[in-house]
Amino acid sequence: MAEILVLVEHADGTVKKVTLEMLTKARSLGEPSAVFVGRGYAAAKDKLAEYGAQRVYVAEGDEYADHVVAPTAEVLAQLVSEKSPAAVFLASSAEGKETAARLAVKTQSGVLTDAVDVAEGFVATQNIFGGATIVQSRAQGTPIVCLRPNSTPPEAAPAQPAEEQVSVTLSDAAKGARIVDRVVEEKGGRPDLTEASIVVSGGRGLGGAEHFALIEALADSLGAAVGASRAATDAGWYPHQNQVGQTGKTVSPQLYMAIGISGAIQHRAGMQTSKTIVAVNKDPEAPIFSIADFGVVGDLFNVVPQLTEEIAKRKA
Amino acid sequence: MNIVVCVKQVPDTWAEKKLDPNDKTVDRAGVDGVMNEIDEYAVEEALRLKEANGGEVTILTMGPAKAVETIRKALSMGADKAVHVVDDALHGTDALGTSHALAKALGTIEGWDLVIAGSESTDARMSVVPAMLAEQLGVPQLTMARKVTVEGTTVRVERQQEGGYDVVEATTPAVVSVVEKINEPRYPSFKGIMAAKSKPLTTLTVADAGIDASQVGLAGAKSEVVDFAARPPRESGTIVKDEGDGGAKLAEFLQSQKFI
Repeated sequence: MAEILVLVEHADGTVKKVTLEMLTKARSLGEPSAVFVGRGYAAAKDKLAEYGAQRVYVAEGDEYADHVVAPTAEVLAQLVSEKSPAAVFLASSAEGKETAARLAVKTQSGVLTDAVDVAEGFVATQNIFGGATIVQSRAQGTPIVCLRPNSTPPEAAPAQPAEEQVSVTLSDAAKGARIVDRVVEEKGGRPDLTEASIVVSGGRGLGGAEHFALIEALADSLGAAVGASRAATDAGWYPHQNQVGQTGKTVSPQLYMAIGISGAIQHRAGMQTSKTIVAVNKDPEAPIFSIADFGVVGDLFNVVPQLTEEIAKRKA
Repeated sequence: MNIVVCVKQVPDTWAEKKLDPNDKTVDRAGVDGVMNEIDEYAVEEALRLKEANGGEVTILTMGPAKAVETIRKALSMGADKAVHVVDDALHGTDALGTSHALAKALGTIEGWDLVIAGSESTDARMSVVPAMLAEQLGVPQLTMARKVTVEGTTVRVERQQEGGYDVVEATTPAVVSVVEKINEPRYPSFKGIMAAKSKPLTTLTVADAGIDASQVGLAGAKSEVVDFAARPPRESGTIVKDEGDGGAKLAEFLQSQKFI
Protein backbone atom coordinates (compact mmCIF):
# COMPACT_ATOMS: atom_id res chain seq x y z
CA MET A 1 0.00 0.00 0.00
CA ALA A 2 1.15 3.49 -0.78
CA GLU A 3 2.52 5.48 2.15
CA ILE A 4 0.80 8.79 2.87
CA LEU A 5 2.45 11.28 5.21
CA VAL A 6 -0.01 13.00 7.55
CA LEU A 7 1.36 16.05 9.38
CA VAL A 8 -0.07 16.00 12.90
CA GLU A 9 -1.88 19.24 13.75
CA HIS A 10 -1.53 19.74 17.49
CA ALA A 11 -0.99 22.25 20.28
CA ASP A 12 1.97 21.05 22.42
CA GLY A 13 0.86 17.44 21.92
CA THR A 14 -2.91 17.92 22.15
CA VAL A 15 -4.00 16.46 18.82
CA LYS A 16 -6.58 18.47 16.87
CA LYS A 17 -9.62 16.69 15.51
CA VAL A 18 -8.59 17.43 11.92
CA THR A 19 -5.58 15.13 12.41
CA LEU A 20 -7.93 12.21 13.11
CA GLU A 21 -9.96 13.19 10.05
CA MET A 22 -6.80 13.16 7.90
CA LEU A 23 -5.72 9.75 9.24
CA THR A 24 -9.20 8.40 8.47
CA LYS A 25 -9.12 9.76 4.92
CA ALA A 26 -5.56 8.55 4.34
CA ARG A 27 -6.54 5.01 5.38
CA SER A 28 -9.02 4.87 2.52
CA LEU A 29 -6.26 5.69 -0.01
CA GLY A 30 -3.16 4.02 1.42
CA GLU A 31 -1.15 3.57 4.62
CA PRO A 32 -1.01 6.65 6.83
CA SER A 33 2.28 7.61 8.47
CA ALA A 34 1.84 10.35 11.05
CA VAL A 35 4.54 13.02 11.20
CA PHE A 36 4.86 14.67 14.60
CA VAL A 37 6.91 17.87 14.75
CA GLY A 38 7.33 20.06 17.83
CA ARG A 39 6.76 19.53 21.55
CA GLY A 40 4.65 17.03 23.52
CA TYR A 41 4.76 13.79 21.54
CA ALA A 42 3.95 11.70 24.64
CA ALA A 43 0.51 13.31 24.82
CA ALA A 44 -0.20 12.68 21.12
CA LYS A 45 1.05 9.11 20.82
CA ASP A 46 -2.07 7.15 21.85
CA LYS A 47 -4.44 9.16 19.64
CA LEU A 48 -2.32 8.54 16.56
CA ALA A 49 -2.33 4.79 17.23
CA GLU A 50 -6.06 4.78 17.92
CA TYR A 51 -6.80 6.34 14.53
CA GLY A 52 -4.71 3.94 12.55
CA ALA A 53 -1.27 5.47 11.95
CA GLN A 54 0.94 2.62 10.65
CA ARG A 55 4.11 4.55 11.40
CA VAL A 56 4.96 7.69 13.31
CA TYR A 57 7.91 9.88 12.41
CA VAL A 58 8.86 12.00 15.39
CA ALA A 59 10.88 15.21 15.22
CA GLU A 60 10.60 16.52 18.75
CA GLY A 61 12.32 19.62 20.05
CA ASP A 62 12.13 23.32 20.80
CA GLU A 63 13.97 24.39 17.66
CA TYR A 64 11.08 23.05 15.54
CA ALA A 65 8.40 24.70 17.65
CA ASP A 66 10.05 28.08 18.18
CA HIS A 67 10.41 29.11 14.53
CA VAL A 68 7.62 29.94 12.07
CA VAL A 69 6.64 26.84 9.96
CA ALA A 70 9.93 26.56 8.00
CA PRO A 71 11.47 23.83 10.24
CA THR A 72 8.38 21.67 9.84
CA ALA A 73 8.62 22.05 6.05
CA GLU A 74 12.27 20.92 6.23
CA VAL A 75 11.31 17.80 8.22
CA LEU A 76 8.61 16.95 5.66
CA ALA A 77 10.94 17.61 2.72
CA GLN A 78 13.53 15.24 4.17
CA LEU A 79 10.86 12.54 4.67
CA VAL A 80 9.54 13.03 1.13
CA SER A 81 13.03 12.51 -0.23
CA GLU A 82 13.83 9.49 1.99
CA LYS A 83 10.48 7.67 1.93
CA SER A 84 9.02 8.69 -1.45
CA PRO A 85 5.43 8.79 -0.14
CA ALA A 86 2.49 8.82 -2.55
CA ALA A 87 1.17 12.10 -1.06
CA VAL A 88 1.41 14.45 1.91
CA PHE A 89 -1.69 15.52 3.87
CA LEU A 90 -1.78 18.62 6.07
CA ALA A 91 -4.60 20.49 7.80
CA SER A 92 -6.03 23.39 5.83
CA SER A 93 -5.30 25.77 8.69
CA ALA A 94 -3.17 28.92 8.41
CA GLU A 95 -0.05 27.04 9.55
CA GLY A 96 -0.88 23.90 7.62
CA LYS A 97 -1.21 25.86 4.39
CA GLU A 98 1.99 27.82 4.99
CA THR A 99 3.91 24.61 5.71
CA ALA A 100 2.45 23.09 2.54
CA ALA A 101 3.50 26.20 0.63
CA ARG A 102 7.14 25.86 1.63
CA LEU A 103 7.13 22.11 1.02
CA ALA A 104 5.75 22.72 -2.49
CA VAL A 105 8.72 24.98 -3.30
CA LYS A 106 11.22 22.51 -1.82
CA THR A 107 9.81 19.49 -3.68
CA GLN A 108 8.52 21.36 -6.77
CA SER A 109 5.17 19.70 -6.27
CA GLY A 110 1.64 20.96 -6.63
CA VAL A 111 -0.34 22.03 -3.58
CA LEU A 112 -4.13 21.82 -3.20
CA THR A 113 -5.71 23.69 -0.28
CA ASP A 114 -9.15 23.48 1.36
CA ALA A 115 -9.87 19.96 0.10
CA VAL A 116 -13.18 18.59 1.40
CA ASP A 117 -12.55 15.17 -0.12
CA VAL A 118 -9.68 13.25 -1.69
CA ALA A 119 -10.29 10.39 -4.15
CA GLU A 120 -8.24 7.79 -6.01
CA GLY A 121 -5.21 9.36 -7.69
CA PHE A 122 -5.29 12.11 -5.05
CA VAL A 123 -7.92 14.07 -6.92
CA ALA A 124 -9.17 16.65 -4.43
CA THR A 125 -12.63 18.16 -4.25
CA GLN A 126 -12.65 21.84 -3.33
CA ASN A 127 -15.44 24.36 -2.84
CA ILE A 128 -14.28 27.59 -4.42
CA PHE A 129 -15.74 31.09 -4.78
CA GLY A 130 -17.34 30.78 -1.37
CA GLY A 131 -18.80 27.37 -2.14
CA ALA A 132 -20.58 28.47 -5.33
CA THR A 133 -18.41 26.22 -7.52
CA ILE A 134 -17.19 22.69 -6.82
CA VAL A 135 -13.91 21.70 -8.50
CA GLN A 136 -11.85 18.56 -8.83
CA SER A 137 -8.11 19.23 -8.87
CA ARG A 138 -4.91 17.29 -9.21
CA ALA A 139 -1.32 18.05 -8.23
CA GLN A 140 1.94 16.94 -9.84
CA GLY A 141 5.06 15.63 -8.13
CA THR A 142 4.30 14.37 -4.63
CA PRO A 143 0.78 15.80 -4.24
CA ILE A 144 0.45 18.07 -1.20
CA VAL A 145 -3.16 18.19 -0.05
CA CYS A 146 -4.51 20.40 2.74
CA LEU A 147 -7.76 19.01 4.16
CA ARG A 148 -10.41 21.29 5.54
CA PRO A 149 -11.54 20.50 9.10
CA ASN A 150 -14.96 18.84 9.47
CA SER A 151 -14.93 17.26 6.01
CA THR A 152 -14.33 13.60 6.97
CA PRO A 153 -16.03 11.95 9.97
CA PRO A 154 -13.12 10.55 12.04
CA GLU A 155 -13.25 6.79 12.65
CA ALA A 156 -10.99 4.92 15.06
CA ALA A 157 -9.03 1.92 13.72
CA PRO A 158 -6.52 0.96 16.40
CA ALA A 159 -3.02 0.12 15.18
CA GLN A 160 0.44 -0.39 16.67
CA PRO A 161 2.52 2.12 14.80
CA ALA A 162 6.25 1.70 14.40
CA GLU A 163 8.05 4.74 15.76
CA GLU A 164 10.98 6.36 14.02
CA GLN A 165 12.91 9.35 15.37
CA VAL A 166 13.75 11.88 12.68
CA SER A 167 16.67 14.19 13.00
CA VAL A 168 16.99 17.14 10.65
CA THR A 169 19.78 19.67 10.62
CA LEU A 170 17.80 22.84 10.14
CA SER A 171 19.12 25.40 7.67
CA ASP A 172 19.86 28.92 8.88
CA ALA A 173 17.03 30.18 6.65
CA ALA A 174 14.55 27.97 8.51
CA LYS A 175 15.56 29.58 11.80
CA GLY A 176 15.18 33.14 10.51
CA ALA A 177 11.78 33.88 12.03
CA ARG A 178 11.99 33.35 15.82
CA ILE A 179 8.90 33.04 18.00
CA VAL A 180 9.90 35.03 21.11
CA ASP A 181 6.56 35.05 22.93
CA ARG A 182 3.09 33.47 22.77
CA VAL A 183 0.18 35.52 24.07
CA VAL A 184 -3.23 34.04 24.90
CA GLU A 185 -5.96 36.65 24.73
CA GLU A 186 -9.26 34.83 25.02
CA LYS A 187 -10.41 32.83 27.91
CA GLY A 188 -10.65 29.28 26.62
CA GLY A 189 -13.68 27.05 26.79
CA ARG A 190 -15.17 27.60 23.35
CA PRO A 191 -14.04 25.47 20.42
CA ASP A 192 -12.00 26.89 17.54
CA LEU A 193 -14.22 28.52 14.93
CA THR A 194 -12.96 26.42 12.01
CA GLU A 195 -13.04 23.11 13.91
CA ALA A 196 -16.36 23.53 15.77
CA SER A 197 -19.30 21.32 14.83
CA ILE A 198 -21.72 24.12 15.74
CA VAL A 199 -21.16 27.82 15.04
CA VAL A 200 -23.44 30.62 16.26
CA SER A 201 -22.82 33.97 14.53
CA GLY A 202 -24.16 37.44 15.19
CA GLY A 203 -24.47 40.37 12.81
CA ARG A 204 -25.69 43.91 12.30
CA GLY A 205 -29.08 43.08 13.86
CA LEU A 206 -27.45 42.90 17.29
CA GLY A 207 -26.96 46.66 17.24
CA GLY A 208 -24.00 46.79 19.63
CA ALA A 209 -21.09 44.96 21.26
CA GLU A 210 -22.99 44.50 24.53
CA HIS A 211 -25.63 42.33 22.81
CA PHE A 212 -23.06 39.72 21.77
CA ALA A 213 -23.65 38.29 25.26
CA LEU A 214 -26.88 36.86 23.79
CA ILE A 215 -24.91 35.07 21.07
CA GLU A 216 -22.33 33.79 23.57
CA ALA A 217 -25.03 32.44 25.89
CA LEU A 218 -26.72 30.64 23.00
CA ALA A 219 -23.37 29.28 21.79
CA ASP A 220 -22.45 28.03 25.27
CA SER A 221 -25.79 26.26 25.62
CA LEU A 222 -24.83 24.18 22.54
CA GLY A 223 -21.06 23.96 23.09
CA ALA A 224 -20.62 26.07 19.95
CA ALA A 225 -18.03 28.51 18.65
CA VAL A 226 -18.95 32.18 18.19
CA GLY A 227 -18.71 33.89 14.81
CA ALA A 228 -19.57 37.34 13.54
CA SER A 229 -20.46 38.97 10.25
CA ARG A 230 -18.20 41.59 8.72
CA ALA A 231 -20.67 44.33 9.67
CA ALA A 232 -20.26 43.33 13.32
CA THR A 233 -16.45 43.07 13.25
CA ASP A 234 -16.08 46.29 11.23
CA ALA A 235 -18.20 48.06 13.85
CA GLY A 236 -15.82 46.74 16.53
CA TRP A 237 -18.54 44.73 18.27
CA TYR A 238 -16.58 41.47 18.14
CA PRO A 239 -12.90 40.56 17.46
CA HIS A 240 -11.90 40.48 13.84
CA GLN A 241 -10.52 36.94 14.02
CA ASN A 242 -14.07 35.71 14.59
CA GLN A 243 -15.27 37.09 11.26
CA VAL A 244 -16.95 34.54 8.99
CA GLY A 245 -17.03 35.46 5.32
CA GLN A 246 -15.09 36.11 2.18
CA THR A 247 -12.50 38.26 3.94
CA GLY A 248 -12.63 36.24 7.14
CA LYS A 249 -12.83 32.56 8.04
CA THR A 250 -14.56 29.86 6.03
CA VAL A 251 -16.50 27.44 8.21
CA SER A 252 -18.37 24.27 7.36
CA PRO A 253 -19.93 23.00 10.60
CA GLN A 254 -22.77 20.52 11.08
CA LEU A 255 -24.95 23.42 12.24
CA TYR A 256 -24.58 27.13 11.47
CA MET A 257 -26.84 29.65 13.17
CA ALA A 258 -27.01 33.12 11.63
CA ILE A 259 -28.51 35.61 14.09
CA GLY A 260 -29.31 39.11 12.85
CA ILE A 261 -27.28 38.50 9.68
CA SER A 262 -28.86 39.40 6.34
CA GLY A 263 -26.67 36.99 4.36
CA ALA A 264 -24.91 39.17 1.80
CA ILE A 265 -22.62 37.29 -0.63
CA GLN A 266 -19.63 38.36 1.50
CA HIS A 267 -21.03 36.38 4.44
CA ARG A 268 -22.49 33.44 2.52
CA ALA A 269 -19.07 32.83 0.96
CA GLY A 270 -17.80 31.86 4.41
CA MET A 271 -20.58 29.54 5.55
CA GLN A 272 -22.84 28.25 2.79
CA THR A 273 -21.29 24.77 2.74
CA SER A 274 -22.46 24.19 6.33
CA LYS A 275 -24.57 21.02 6.63
CA THR A 276 -27.57 22.64 8.35
CA ILE A 277 -28.24 26.38 8.40
CA VAL A 278 -30.73 28.19 10.61
CA ALA A 279 -31.43 31.92 10.64
CA VAL A 280 -33.16 34.49 12.79
CA ASN A 281 -33.83 37.85 11.17
CA LYS A 282 -36.57 40.43 11.35
CA ASP A 283 -36.53 41.06 7.59
CA PRO A 284 -38.47 38.32 5.74
CA GLU A 285 -36.68 39.33 2.51
CA ALA A 286 -33.17 38.74 3.96
CA PRO A 287 -31.16 36.57 1.53
CA ILE A 288 -30.04 34.32 4.40
CA PHE A 289 -33.51 32.73 4.38
CA SER A 290 -32.98 31.44 0.84
CA ILE A 291 -30.21 29.12 2.07
CA ALA A 292 -31.65 28.36 5.53
CA ASP A 293 -33.04 24.93 6.43
CA PHE A 294 -35.05 26.59 9.17
CA GLY A 295 -35.69 30.29 9.62
CA VAL A 296 -37.52 32.46 12.10
CA VAL A 297 -38.73 35.87 10.96
CA GLY A 298 -38.80 37.91 14.12
CA ASP A 299 -37.02 40.09 16.65
CA LEU A 300 -33.84 38.32 17.73
CA PHE A 301 -34.08 39.98 21.16
CA ASN A 302 -37.24 37.91 21.75
CA VAL A 303 -36.37 34.77 19.81
CA VAL A 304 -32.79 34.16 21.02
CA PRO A 305 -33.35 34.32 24.82
CA GLN A 306 -36.37 32.05 24.42
CA LEU A 307 -34.31 29.64 22.32
CA THR A 308 -31.44 29.55 24.86
CA GLU A 309 -33.94 28.90 27.64
CA GLU A 310 -35.68 26.14 25.64
CA ILE A 311 -32.35 24.44 24.92
CA ALA A 312 -31.48 24.44 28.64
CA LYS A 313 -34.93 23.01 29.44
CA ARG A 314 -34.72 20.27 26.84
CA LYS A 315 -31.19 19.35 27.93
CA ALA A 316 -32.20 19.10 31.59
CA MET B 1 13.79 51.07 4.81
CA ASN B 2 12.90 50.17 1.22
CA ILE B 3 9.70 48.18 0.94
CA VAL B 4 8.15 46.26 -1.94
CA VAL B 5 4.41 45.61 -1.67
CA CYS B 6 2.95 42.70 -3.64
CA VAL B 7 -0.46 43.72 -4.92
CA LYS B 8 -2.95 41.60 -6.86
CA GLN B 9 -5.90 42.62 -8.96
CA VAL B 10 -8.87 40.33 -8.29
CA PRO B 11 -12.47 40.11 -9.48
CA ASP B 12 -14.69 42.53 -7.53
CA THR B 13 -15.39 41.10 -4.05
CA TRP B 14 -19.13 41.58 -4.50
CA ALA B 15 -19.35 40.09 -8.00
CA GLU B 16 -20.22 36.51 -8.81
CA LYS B 17 -16.97 34.76 -9.75
CA LYS B 18 -16.71 32.09 -12.44
CA LEU B 19 -14.20 29.72 -14.01
CA ASP B 20 -13.63 29.96 -17.75
CA PRO B 21 -14.96 26.65 -19.18
CA ASN B 22 -12.21 26.58 -21.84
CA ASP B 23 -9.08 26.47 -19.72
CA LYS B 24 -10.61 26.25 -16.21
CA THR B 25 -8.86 29.40 -14.96
CA VAL B 26 -10.54 32.30 -13.13
CA ASP B 27 -12.59 34.37 -15.56
CA ARG B 28 -10.99 37.81 -15.17
CA ALA B 29 -12.26 39.32 -18.40
CA GLY B 30 -15.94 39.12 -17.54
CA VAL B 31 -15.84 41.11 -14.29
CA ASP B 32 -14.53 44.40 -12.91
CA GLY B 33 -11.09 44.12 -11.34
CA VAL B 34 -10.30 45.69 -7.97
CA MET B 35 -7.28 45.72 -5.70
CA ASN B 36 -7.43 42.64 -3.47
CA GLU B 37 -8.86 44.05 -0.24
CA ILE B 38 -6.19 42.81 2.14
CA ASP B 39 -3.50 44.24 -0.17
CA GLU B 40 -4.81 47.72 0.65
CA TYR B 41 -3.75 47.05 4.25
CA ALA B 42 -0.34 45.92 2.98
CA VAL B 43 0.10 49.17 1.02
CA GLU B 44 -1.02 51.24 4.01
CA GLU B 45 1.39 49.43 6.35
CA ALA B 46 4.28 50.05 3.94
CA LEU B 47 3.41 53.76 3.69
CA ARG B 48 3.30 54.08 7.49
CA LEU B 49 6.69 52.35 7.86
CA LYS B 50 8.12 54.65 5.21
CA GLU B 51 6.70 57.73 6.94
CA ALA B 52 8.32 56.61 10.21
CA ASN B 53 11.65 55.31 8.89
CA GLY B 54 12.20 56.87 5.46
CA GLY B 55 12.91 54.91 2.29
CA GLU B 56 10.88 54.04 -0.75
CA VAL B 57 7.75 51.98 -1.43
CA THR B 58 7.60 49.98 -4.67
CA ILE B 59 4.46 48.21 -5.87
CA LEU B 60 4.95 44.80 -7.52
CA THR B 61 2.09 43.31 -9.50
CA MET B 62 1.87 40.29 -11.77
CA GLY B 63 -1.22 40.23 -13.92
CA PRO B 64 -2.83 41.10 -17.24
CA ALA B 65 -2.63 44.57 -18.81
CA LYS B 66 -5.73 45.84 -17.01
CA ALA B 67 -4.05 45.21 -13.62
CA VAL B 68 -2.42 48.60 -14.22
CA GLU B 69 -5.64 50.15 -12.78
CA THR B 70 -4.79 48.53 -9.45
CA ILE B 71 -1.16 49.65 -9.67
CA ARG B 72 -2.37 53.25 -10.22
CA LYS B 73 -4.56 53.03 -7.14
CA ALA B 74 -1.60 51.89 -5.02
CA LEU B 75 0.53 54.71 -6.44
CA SER B 76 -2.23 57.23 -5.74
CA MET B 77 -2.31 56.06 -2.11
CA GLY B 78 1.32 57.21 -1.94
CA ALA B 79 3.68 54.50 -3.20
CA ASP B 80 6.70 55.84 -5.09
CA LYS B 81 7.02 53.53 -8.08
CA ALA B 82 5.82 50.26 -9.53
CA VAL B 83 6.87 47.13 -11.40
CA HIS B 84 4.30 45.32 -13.49
CA VAL B 85 5.10 41.79 -14.66
CA VAL B 86 2.84 41.30 -17.67
CA ASP B 87 3.11 38.66 -20.36
CA ASP B 88 0.57 36.42 -22.11
CA ALA B 89 2.81 33.49 -21.18
CA LEU B 90 1.82 34.04 -17.51
CA HIS B 91 -1.86 33.23 -18.07
CA GLY B 92 -2.86 30.22 -15.95
CA THR B 93 0.19 30.35 -13.65
CA ASP B 94 -0.43 28.54 -10.34
CA ALA B 95 0.63 29.67 -6.85
CA LEU B 96 4.03 27.95 -7.09
CA GLY B 97 4.76 29.57 -10.46
CA THR B 98 3.57 32.93 -9.12
CA SER B 99 6.04 32.73 -6.24
CA HIS B 100 8.84 31.95 -8.71
CA ALA B 101 7.88 34.89 -10.94
CA LEU B 102 7.59 37.32 -8.02
CA ALA B 103 10.95 36.17 -6.62
CA LYS B 104 12.58 36.80 -10.00
CA ALA B 105 10.90 40.19 -10.37
CA LEU B 106 12.14 41.14 -6.87
CA GLY B 107 15.63 40.40 -8.15
CA THR B 108 15.28 43.34 -10.56
CA ILE B 109 14.40 45.75 -7.73
CA GLU B 110 17.50 47.08 -6.01
CA GLY B 111 18.06 47.21 -2.27
CA TRP B 112 14.76 46.18 -0.75
CA ASP B 113 14.60 45.40 2.96
CA LEU B 114 11.04 44.18 3.33
CA VAL B 115 8.41 42.59 1.11
CA ILE B 116 4.85 43.08 2.36
CA ALA B 117 1.86 41.19 0.98
CA GLY B 118 -1.75 40.64 1.96
CA SER B 119 -2.27 37.31 3.71
CA GLU B 120 -4.80 36.02 1.18
CA SER B 121 -6.52 36.97 -2.07
CA THR B 122 -10.31 36.92 -2.32
CA ASP B 123 -10.28 34.90 -5.57
CA ALA B 124 -8.01 31.88 -5.01
CA ARG B 125 -8.03 32.17 -1.20
CA MET B 126 -5.10 29.75 -0.85
CA SER B 127 -3.02 31.94 1.45
CA VAL B 128 0.23 30.27 0.32
CA VAL B 129 2.12 32.80 -1.82
CA PRO B 130 3.81 34.80 1.01
CA ALA B 131 5.23 31.60 2.57
CA MET B 132 6.29 30.33 -0.87
CA LEU B 133 7.97 33.65 -1.58
CA ALA B 134 9.94 33.51 1.70
CA GLU B 135 11.07 29.99 0.78
CA GLN B 136 12.03 31.01 -2.78
CA LEU B 137 14.04 33.96 -1.48
CA GLY B 138 15.54 32.14 1.52
CA VAL B 139 14.53 34.97 3.86
CA PRO B 140 12.55 34.92 7.15
CA GLN B 141 8.78 34.54 6.97
CA LEU B 142 6.83 36.99 9.15
CA THR B 143 3.33 36.12 8.03
CA MET B 144 -0.23 36.72 9.32
CA ALA B 145 0.91 39.93 11.01
CA ARG B 146 -1.60 42.09 12.83
CA LYS B 147 1.12 44.49 13.98
CA VAL B 148 4.55 45.32 12.52
CA THR B 149 7.33 47.26 14.22
CA VAL B 150 10.79 48.01 12.89
CA GLU B 151 13.91 48.93 14.87
CA GLY B 152 17.01 49.20 12.71
CA THR B 153 17.27 45.88 10.91
CA THR B 154 15.01 44.03 13.38
CA VAL B 155 11.41 43.47 12.38
CA ARG B 156 8.93 42.30 14.97
CA VAL B 157 5.36 41.21 14.23
CA GLU B 158 2.35 40.00 16.13
CA ARG B 159 1.41 36.83 14.27
CA GLN B 160 -2.33 36.16 14.51
CA GLN B 161 -3.23 32.81 16.08
CA GLU B 162 -6.46 31.21 17.26
CA GLY B 163 -7.23 32.91 20.57
CA GLY B 164 -4.13 35.06 20.69
CA TYR B 165 -0.90 35.88 18.90
CA ASP B 166 2.78 34.98 18.69
CA VAL B 167 5.49 37.62 18.83
CA VAL B 168 7.91 36.82 16.00
CA GLU B 169 11.24 38.50 15.30
CA ALA B 170 13.62 38.47 12.34
CA THR B 171 16.36 40.46 10.70
CA THR B 172 15.86 42.12 7.31
CA PRO B 173 15.50 41.26 4.49
CA ALA B 174 12.21 39.48 5.23
CA VAL B 175 8.76 38.71 3.85
CA VAL B 176 5.77 40.01 5.84
CA SER B 177 2.11 39.24 5.22
CA VAL B 178 -0.57 41.28 6.94
CA VAL B 179 -4.11 40.42 8.00
CA GLU B 180 -7.11 42.68 7.64
CA LYS B 181 -7.52 45.24 10.40
CA ILE B 182 -3.82 45.82 10.96
CA ASN B 183 -4.65 49.45 10.09
CA GLU B 184 -7.21 51.61 8.29
CA PRO B 185 -6.13 52.04 4.64
CA ARG B 186 -6.20 55.64 3.45
CA TYR B 187 -8.24 56.82 0.51
CA PRO B 188 -6.25 58.27 -2.37
CA SER B 189 -6.42 62.08 -2.30
CA PHE B 190 -7.06 64.12 -5.45
CA LYS B 191 -3.44 65.24 -5.28
CA GLY B 192 -2.35 61.62 -4.92
CA ILE B 193 -4.38 60.57 -7.95
CA MET B 194 -2.83 63.35 -10.07
CA ALA B 195 0.70 62.54 -8.86
CA ALA B 196 0.27 58.83 -9.58
CA LYS B 197 0.03 59.54 -13.29
CA SER B 198 3.66 60.58 -13.50
CA LYS B 199 5.22 58.05 -11.12
CA PRO B 200 7.68 55.55 -12.64
CA LEU B 201 6.11 52.30 -13.83
CA THR B 202 8.41 49.58 -15.16
CA THR B 203 6.92 46.83 -17.28
CA LEU B 204 8.67 43.45 -17.32
CA THR B 205 8.05 40.45 -19.58
CA VAL B 206 8.89 36.90 -18.55
CA ALA B 207 12.23 37.22 -20.37
CA ASP B 208 12.99 40.70 -18.89
CA ALA B 209 12.57 39.38 -15.34
CA GLY B 210 14.56 36.20 -15.98
CA ILE B 211 11.55 34.03 -15.14
CA ASP B 212 11.92 30.36 -16.13
CA ALA B 213 9.18 30.02 -18.77
CA SER B 214 8.75 26.31 -17.98
CA GLN B 215 7.58 27.14 -14.44
CA VAL B 216 4.78 29.53 -15.39
CA GLY B 217 1.61 29.57 -17.46
CA LEU B 218 -0.94 26.77 -17.67
CA ALA B 219 1.66 24.34 -19.02
CA GLY B 220 4.06 25.06 -16.15
CA ALA B 221 1.43 24.71 -13.43
CA LYS B 222 1.99 21.90 -10.91
CA SER B 223 -1.67 21.90 -9.95
CA GLU B 224 -4.65 21.83 -12.28
CA VAL B 225 -8.41 21.88 -12.20
CA VAL B 226 -9.65 18.66 -13.79
CA ASP B 227 -13.36 19.36 -13.68
CA PHE B 228 -15.83 21.81 -12.14
CA ALA B 229 -19.55 22.37 -11.67
CA ALA B 230 -21.85 24.92 -10.06
CA ARG B 231 -23.06 23.90 -6.61
CA PRO B 232 -26.66 22.70 -6.81
CA PRO B 233 -28.94 25.20 -5.03
CA ARG B 234 -29.94 24.28 -1.47
CA GLU B 235 -33.44 22.96 -1.07
CA SER B 236 -35.68 25.61 0.43
CA GLY B 237 -36.30 25.19 4.12
CA THR B 238 -39.07 26.01 6.55
CA ILE B 239 -39.51 29.68 7.41
CA VAL B 240 -41.81 30.59 10.29
CA LYS B 241 -42.94 33.98 11.58
CA ASP B 242 -42.33 34.59 15.28
CA GLU B 243 -45.71 34.66 17.05
CA GLY B 244 -44.15 34.68 20.49
CA ASP B 245 -43.02 31.07 20.12
CA GLY B 246 -40.25 31.45 17.50
CA GLY B 247 -37.49 30.44 19.91
CA ALA B 248 -39.41 27.34 21.00
CA LYS B 249 -40.09 26.33 17.39
CA LEU B 250 -36.42 26.73 16.54
CA ALA B 251 -35.49 24.60 19.58
CA GLU B 252 -37.93 21.97 18.38
CA PHE B 253 -36.25 21.93 14.95
CA LEU B 254 -32.79 21.64 16.53
CA GLN B 255 -33.98 18.74 18.67
CA SER B 256 -35.55 16.99 15.66
CA GLN B 257 -32.13 17.25 13.95
CA LYS B 258 -30.43 15.89 17.11
CA PHE B 259 -28.45 19.05 17.83
CA ILE B 260 -29.97 19.14 21.33
